Amino acid sequence: MVVNKNKSSKPVIEIREMHKWFGNFHVLKNISLGVNQGERIVICGPSGSGKSTLIRCINRLEVHQKGDIIVNNVELTGDLKNLETIRSDVGMVFQSFNLFPHLTVLENCTLAPIWVKKLPKKEAEELAMELLTRVKIPEQALKYPGQLSGGQQQRVAIARSLCMQPKIMLFDEPTSALDPEMIKEVLDTMIELAETGMTMLVVTHEMGFAKKVADSVIFMDEGEIIEQNDPKNFFNNPKNDRTKLFLSQILNH
Amino acid sequence: MSEKTYKPGNYPDLPPPPGTVGVYGWIRQNLFSSISNSLLTIISVVLLYYLIDGIIGWFFLDAVFDAESKIACRKIDDGACWAVITRRVGQFVYGFYPEAERWRIDITFLTMFLAFAPLLYPDIPKRKWLLYFSAFYPFFAFVLIMGGYFGLQKIEYSLFGGFMLTIILGVCGIVCSLPLGILLALGRQSNLTVVRTLSVCFIEFMRGVPLITLLFVASSMLNYFLPPGTNFSILVRVIIMFTFFSAAYIAEVIRGGIQAIPKGQYEAADALGMNYWQKTRFITLPQALKISIPGIVNTFIGLYKDTTLVVVIGLLDPLGIGRAALADTKWNGLSTETYLFVALFFFVSCFAMSRYSLWLENKLNTDKK
Repeated sequence: MVVNKNKSSKPVIEIREMHKWFGNFHVLKNISLGVNQGERIVICGPSGSGKSTLIRCINRLEVHQKGDIIVNNVELTGDLKNLETIRSDVGMVFQSFNLFPHLTVLENCTLAPIWVKKLPKKEAEELAMELLTRVKIPEQALKYPGQLSGGQQQRVAIARSLCMQPKIMLFDEPTSALDPEMIKEVLDTMIELAETGMTMLVVTHEMGFAKKVADSVIFMDEGEIIEQNDPKNFFNNPKNDRTKLFLSQILNH
Repeated sequence: MSEKTYKPGNYPDLPPPPGTVGVYGWIRQNLFSSISNSLLTIISVVLLYYLIDGIIGWFFLDAVFDAESKIACRKIDDGACWAVITRRVGQFVYGFYPEAERWRIDITFLTMFLAFAPLLYPDIPKRKWLLYFSAFYPFFAFVLIMGGYFGLQKIEYSLFGGFMLTIILGVCGIVCSLPLGILLALGRQSNLTVVRTLSVCFIEFMRGVPLITLLFVASSMLNYFLPPGTNFSILVRVIIMFTFFSAAYIAEVIRGGIQAIPKGQYEAADALGMNYWQKTRFITLPQALKISIPGIVNTFIGLYKDTTLVVVIGLLDPLGIGRAALADTKWNGLSTETYLFVALFFFVSCFAMSRYSLWLENKLNTDKK
């Protein structure tokens, strides 16, 4: 268990009675969730349960129709002028990496800091190299993403997000597209990140990671938060039948 | 043959079996893989020999390169009579541009390579300085070709012709239609209804009308649509039409490229806080243009060859010059030589464009570098 020293009671994300529809399909139902600074939350649930959609609402890649989402004291609404500023405070790592294939690893990492944060090029490159060293691939900086393995690409994607020096990191199934032997290197990177006190919301099925890192585990099904508990109680003593069924399905082999 | 056995982990890399690699292997696999294939190979070689023999004879060995007229040619030898070209090569290249001023065209043409080099080859040394020249080049070329300034004799548009006219129309059309095409492609994908509708209307109209119609409009009607007092020369009007026409095609090619970019690219850019123009400049266009290179060059080549259509509105492109040469009683009936020569010019230009696009595709392929 990674001890969380940075956890505070200052909320950085507040979601209140939030609903979302895709057309007529009610994909998120009455979601309420508060995340404190430095808190690490793992979200799990069967596919189609709305867990990815939930974290995509937090940086407004998806738009919610009802309820409130407040990130860093700013409410996400349609007439938001500074959406870009909010997004640059919230890093996101995707299942399929989404690195920019026409740019080198280093350029992937420096593009947004230079143009969005207006960092001088040299400073952005120093920061990028520092973070690439942290995810243990500084030697790949001048290669293109297509020349790297999946695990390396995902670590670059993490470094790219961190280059914006975000306050919150969202992970959308970061290891689901990886070969088994590469999952560990990505999870190790995420554990190290957790140790620095980053606020993290992680959608994942890696229950070992949840046990080790999470302050709180959320189980979602059919667009609802079914259960939220600390990892110890969540895994040893699940209250809801659906949670029990889900856990038995993913842990029993 | 005795097969050696090796312990696990000790198996060395063996050479491939003989006759499967190298020149010998290639010949065996591709030309003589069976009896019928071997026969076909031999027959083809014999046919090729007679064909090439005939071609070389007509083009070079039995050809006449200089003579007074077609009849004089025939008296010397019975191959091609290239005299129709060599005697009129000035007209083929410069049209009716005054002979004493042709050096201006030569300089413009040669410096054009200098102006294009930094745009076409990003790794060129001193690129930054050359780019300044590229930006200045259009004015330089305009003044030099048209004259009327700095004591240069003013030359009338109507004297332009030949390959020079083709290159002016082609290069201006290509250079102007790429940016316009990009804007139209972006406009068509825009969230703003007005911009999108205008782009769609423009693209669909331009693609839906034959180029010849547009050229007739340019030559006769365009002045009615323009505010009174503006009077573009026919050359500018034709360039505008070529630009619009090929921009519409390029817009569609680039739209295809834009739509081929995975959604995740935009999501990643969004998540990093990039705004529309940053996304367009750094994520969308570099990838979309790279995907669309073959289609864009295809359109350019089409435009370049379509410049010959200006002959219908009375401009003397190389085909017009050729026709004029054939109308001369001295050269009557030498259409094969004339059209082959014009074809060769177009082939060389278009082949160069095609090679350049292949080179660029390879250079931008980041997967295997």
